[in-house]
Amino acid sequence: MTDMVPKISLKGLRKTFGPKVVLDSVDLEVMPGESMVIIGGSGSGKSVTLKCILGLLIADGGSIKIDGQEMIGISNSDRREILTKFGMLFQGAALFDSLPVWENVAFGLLAQRLYNRTDAKEIAIEKLRRVGLSPDVGSLSPAELSGGMQKRVGLARAIAANPDIIFFDEPTTGLDPIMSDVINELIVECVKDVGATAVTITHDMSSVRKIADNVAMIYHGNIIWTGPKNKIDHSGSDYIDQFINGKAEGPIKMEILKG
Amino acid sequence: MNFLAVIGRVAISFLQAAGKIGLFAVSGITHMLTPPYYPRELFRQMINIGYYSLPVVGLTTLFTGAALAVNIYEGSSRFNAESTLPTIVVIGIVRELGPTLCGLIVAGRVSASMAAELGTMRVTEQIDALVTLSTDPFKYLIAPRILATLIMMPLMLVVVADTIGVLGGYLLATSKLGFNSGNYMKSTIDFLETIDVMASLTKATVFGFFIALMGCYHGFNTRGGAQGVGISTTNAVVSACIMILLSNYVVTEMFFSS
Ligand SMILES: Nc1ncnc2c1ncn2[C@@H]1O[C@H](COP(=O)(O)OP(=O)(O)O)[C@@H](O)[C@H]1O
Ligand SMILES: [Mg+2]
Repeated sequence: MTDMVPKISLKGLRKTFGPKVVLDSVDLEVMPGESMVIIGGSGSGKSVTLKCILGLLIADGGSIKIDGQEMIGISNSDRREILTKFGMLFQGAALFDSLPVWENVAFGLLAQRLYNRTDAKEIAIEKLRRVGLSPDVGSLSPAELSGGMQKRVGLARAIAANPDIIFFDEPTTGLDPIMSDVINELIVECVKDVGATAVTITHDMSSVRKIADNVAMIYHGNIIWTGPKNKIDHSGSDYIDQFINGKAEGPIKMEILKG
Repeated sequence: MNFLAVIGRVAISFLQAAGKIGLFAVSGITHMLTPPYYPRELFRQMINIGYYSLPVVGLTTLFTGAALAVNIYEGSSRFNAESTLPTIVVIGIVRELGPTLCGLIVAGRVSASMAAELGTMRVTEQIDALVTLSTDPFKYLIAPRILATLIMMPLMLVVVADTIGVLGGYLLATSKLGFNSGNYMKSTIDFLETIDVMASLTKATVFGFFIALMGCYHGFNTRGGAQGVGISTTNAVVSACIMILLSNYVVTEMFFSS
């Protein structure tokens, strides 16, 4: 294991918005094929971490390596090349509402000019089936779907181009417990199908238990604990204990009065 | 007390915004000229911007042409110069009212819808999603919108605006003011010069550029949620209208000041 190059390696990653330090110094390693789950409270910088890795936000400092290659300061064309390895399921699904569902799923395939429209549609329908949606959903508009169905379409879109690395941003937020479990199940299966490395952001402990190999907790812009899933109940960290038990009392102070 | 400081701050933020919009424009045009192209998107925008704007543009200019004819008739009859009516209507519409009204109406319709659509895409992370799907948002979203507006404003909307505006004057003059239809047509055509049409089309192109630029810039840089989208939409329409009226003066000076 030790001589493997990590799929994703963050060192001292820093991101501020004006005076506000969102990421202070984030260190994180994700090995190939691993499923890493990042937990942390709302507004703790989980989404910002993913967006820095994807280059959607420009990090202020530190290092981001994908397969050993430094991403900070890389040329745009190289970045675009590397981004084809990624798939992402966004928090609100972020489906394109001007396009029918199948075109959403096929979007990356068409953009990379890997297939013509007929073949891409066939693959999209297949991926929809993979996430439990019938082919006739393909011709609907995203606005006609329920939240759970939108998440599934988002998942189908994220896996459509067989990515190496998949990011899931709060995949179960806003869903009922049963639909959450369905989505968690699908994530586990799909990640296994395409053999991808996965990074999932969540504050839903049932997701953590279902999806994770390893867990990292982010607090005040730093990763304060990482370890395998089965250690999480005996982490020895008061922060983790407070978070997984959902207690108001503890070292984590919600910043309710701030601002 | 800090009156000068306030003026300074306003001036600096104005220059900052102008610089950002300038860079945005350069980037939009560069992406418009370099592949990959998205003909499907371009076509959709052309239909939306051109075809669906026709009814409002036509209605506005039809009634404006008629109102212009009434005013000119009333004014010119004081000097027994009613016969100049067709000439003044056609010059007034083609040089000035056709492109300007068309620009303002299309700014209200198109800048607003671009800002609202792109703004919503921004706050719902659809623009981020594009990037993760190997697509450059500038090429896919901005370039087709700018190009479609640059094509449709001069080649369709302003031509229609000018024609219908002149038609409005013609219909009113022949039906209510007792003008002979053949004579009216003749003086309209005789006195319309190439440079009038050139000015009209130049204005249309310039206005189209500002309409798309303001809609795209404000939409693309939207912050926050629904409120942010509202702010962007307002800013897009207001800034597009200001730029249209400002550039209208500049282009008019370029063509007609002697
Ligand atoms: N584009 C931005 N501009 C300014 N502040 C931002 C931006 N994106 C995120 N933030 C701030 O960064 C903090 C972390 O956000 P985020 O990573 O989305 O939280 P979460 O952990 O819930 O995903 C929040 O306080 C948010 O206000
Ligand atoms: Mg988030």
